[in-house]
Amino acid sequence: MAEPNTNPDAAVTSQEEISQEIGTLHEKYRTSLQAGGPEETTARLNFPPYRSSLLRHPTKSLHHTDPEEIELHSPAFGERDVHALESDLTIQHNGEPLGERIIVAGKVIDGDGRPVAGQLIEVWQANAAGRYIHKRDQHPAPIDPNFTGVGRAITGADGSYSFTTIKPAPYPWKNHFNAWRPAHIHFSMFGTDFTQRIITQMYFPGDPLFSLDPIYQSIVDQNARDRLVAQYDHSVSQHEWATGYRWDIVLSGSNRTWTEADQEEH
Amino acid sequence: MKHIPTPAQTVGPFYGYALPFKDGENLIHPSRPGAVRLHGTVTDGDGATIPDALLEIWQPDAEGAIPQETGSLVRDGYTFTGWGRATVDNVGHYTFTTLNPGPTAPGKAPFILLTVFARGLMDRLHTRIYLPEDIQALENDPLLSSLEEPERRTLIAEREADGGLRFDIRLQGEGQTAFLSYPRTPQQVGAAE
Ligand SMILES: [Fe+2]
Repeated sequence: MAEPNTNPDAAVTSQEEISQEIGTLHEKYRTSLQAGGPEETTARLNFPPYRSSLLRHPTKSLHHTDPEEIELHSPAFGERDVHALESDLTIQHNGEPLGERIIVAGKVIDGDGRPVAGQLIEVWQANAAGRYIHKRDQHPAPIDPNFTGVGRAITGADGSYSFTTIKPAPYPWKNHFNAWRPAHIHFSMFGTDFTQRIITQMYFPGDPLFSLDPIYQSIVDQNARDRLVAQYDHSVSQHEWATGYRWDIVLSGSNRTWTEADQEEH
Repeated sequence: MKHIPTPAQTVGPFYGYALPFKDGENLIHPSRPGAVRLHGTVTDGDGATIPDALLEIWQPDAEGAIPQETGSLVRDGYTFTGWGRATVDNVGHYTFTTLNPGPTAPGKAPFILLTVFARGLMDRLHTRIYLPEDIQALENDPLLSSLEEPERRTLIAEREADGGLRFDIRLQGEGQTAFLSYPRTPQQVGAAE
């Protein structure tokens, strides 16, 4: 592989070159998997086709640590922090935002299948034209005065959540020439242990940009990539109102010793 | 584990209007007794400052108790929730106002848990900010005693003359901060090759 251009704004590399780099890394992973190597379940910190990762991934290995008391707990969030209406991103202004109204609903569970109840979920996204309300977003697509693109919710007793929003559009970025991100919603979640903290992105089924995107493809395992893609779910759609998508989220395993009392409380 | 965890993705560059909130970096009001400034700089593998990192801290109170009060997102200036969120400024510098954490059990080394997010960083990184004072507790700490000296040093904050804590974060290269992995969390591949 040629020495990658590390300037994040260079936009000189072609999509073809980026796709080739992705292909090479994926091929290597498949070969290792076939030879009995470990299955990867998350994104790689070091993924050169995503140019910004080059200087921002740790090069020394992480230190395996047994969690102390504070790492076995998470901050508490509740009604005081989040109003119920904050889960509807379409009612934050005087008018209706433009675009395709959708509902994204699902459940947050931990690796053992326990619902993650009463915890904070935050989402943010581009509007129906692919534009963020962010001063550094220079994409010449219209801002929607009726859409900010920020939502919050507290998960229900069964770990459930539901957001009403507008389907975001793809947008260009400067990783390489003519680079486009597949449409996505950013998600941030807390678990019962702070070690379960995660920020990720939810995608929409069948996006034609998937194979071209070095961020999505930094997860080298196809099964793992699929876990970020929501499914159309007609039971979530609402009559003459919105189409529905389901996306369930699995946090990592809790390291707490769970008693029956805990289970009931949560 | 019964279920395979959902993969992470980078926080990206455009969280600025979504994740920061008013007084997110002030776990207590700077004028309150015991208020301590925790600050430092985030740098990349070239030693250049990172202007778009997002940091979170999570810690016990001054007595070592783990707060379970709600209200982090609507700071009332009195309730210590133990959790805060700060963005770095244009020159990669962050500041929290908080309390010195107490030991969660007698003899334990007090520390603040720090989590780093950034564009270019595909998954969050956890580390610990140890207070420098209790030498005996630091020597007995299982994590610190498992580290070689240059790395061990990256986890111990420097106490400043005004009582503040200085803790710099280096994501890569010379003096890289020691980052942590825990049991039952997805193995982050590609950190070291
Ligand atoms: Fe985005």
